[in-house]
Amino acid sequence: MVRHITRLIIAAVVFTAPIAAISQHESHGEEHHEEVENSHDDQHKETSNENSRETRHEAGHSDSHHYDDEHGHEEKFVAGDFIMHHIADANEIHFFGDVSAPLPMIIYVEGKGLDVFMSSDFHSEHGGHGGHVPTYATGPSTGVEYTKDENGISAKDHGEEVAIWDMSITKSVFGMLMILTLMILMLRSAAKSYARRPGQAPTGLANVLEPLILFVRDDIAYPIIGKHKADKFVPFLLTTFFFIVGCNLLGLIPFAGGFNITGTMGVTIVLATLVFIITSINGNKHYWGHLVSPPGVPFLVKFIVVPIELFGIILKPTVLMIRLTANMSAGHIIILSFVSLVFIFNNSYGAAGGVGIGVFSTLFMIFMYFLELLVAFLQAYVFTLLAAIYFSEATQEPHH
Amino acid sequence: MELLNILIEITTGQGLAGLGAGAAAIGAGLGVGLIGKAALESMARQPEASDDLRANMILAAALVEGVALFGIIICLLVALG
Repeated sequence: MVRHITRLIIAAVVFTAPIAAISQHESHGEEHHEEVENSHDDQHKETSNENSRETRHEAGHSDSHHYDDEHGHEEKFVAGDFIMHHIADANEIHFFGDVSAPLPMIIYVEGKGLDVFMSSDFHSEHGGHGGHVPTYATGPSTGVEYTKDENGISAKDHGEEVAIWDMSITKSVFGMLMILTLMILMLRSAAKSYARRPGQAPTGLANVLEPLILFVRDDIAYPIIGKHKADKFVPFLLTTFFFIVGCNLLGLIPFAGGFNITGTMGVTIVLATLVFIITSINGNKHYWGHLVSPPGVPFLVKFIVVPIELFGIILKPTVLMIRLTANMSAGHIIILSFVSLVFIFNNSYGAAGGVGIGVFSTLFMIFMYFLELLVAFLQAYVFTLLAAIYFSEATQEPHH
Repeated sequence: MELLNILIEITTGQGLAGLGAGAAAIGAGLGVGLIGKAALESMARQPEASDDLRANMILAAALVEGVALFGIIICLLVALG
């Protein structure tokens, strides 16, 4: 046991030392790199692709994690920006350093048409650098000028603001499509293997998925909703469970672009809205009756209870949404904070401080990763469980 | 620093977000601690029910943590803009 811990600590030291040392070196070599980059900008102005790459990922980070360049010539690590960059959605998948994959932008300008172009077309003006300058692009079909700054994307047509419908494939959308495709492939193949071998024990992928599927059906749906009524809801519960587990796990993979799908309110509000819609559609007479006149409550207390119940119809899906979002993004923020601790100490105390804190930081980060793995499954389970509880409330027969 | 400046800084500054996050952590710690206490006492009284108790304990802990994380989200919104 002690042997393993010793090895873990040695590994942590070995992995954090080069990063701290390189970042120290980078901040000294910054000024030379800046001037070289600026002169390159003039030459490459025509090719917007290269321009966008260089100006956006300027300040020469090859494999260190410096993302911010606020002060222009000296690269200071700002933890808040680093963390927000990894939590927020983006129009490209940023793997590490300069390597990033652009994603298509699909923007519909009202009255003018649909623009489809790659996000690498966004380039900043001559002399701009760092992550905070606005970048510009021109729509290929409509000729509208797009501006991307920290407020989002805005469009100007001959100097006038126009309204746009931004339907771009962002990082989260791409992640969701990936998870859904994976789910369809895996579950279809499992289903076909069941059909191919009737009456025999499942093997392969079906064997792996069977405990999960039976868990959702037999331990969540059937006990809570009841055997007969649950069959209507089991497909939705299974889909939700696998989708949330997939998206949560995708956000944990280290160098795969830093997805944060379920940690954004935009995704979880849709899931909660679906639960709300299904609950409302399947609500029977007693469900709605209980809302406006709960049984067993004295008449005067009804005046207090009924507004609370009505408020609760909206509140319960909202709480569902916030619980999932908060748990996932809090986990990511904690892991990123441990990482940025190394660079904050590097800023103040040099490479020695960075390495010193890096040992403990890496160990804590590994522990947090295990916790995040647990939370990924747990939050999916809690979401599905609560959805099943709401469905059961909606379809409950009165017992007297 | 003048008193007025200090008061303005306290009421509109972002330092309060740190206090709020700490308070949320206290809430989470108390809540999950109580759940753990009840679960452990029950497991001591009836060891054969350990599995059921463990599953329900984790479920209740997830729900209570959710509430604490509402507070964290608000503090995050305050701290980062």
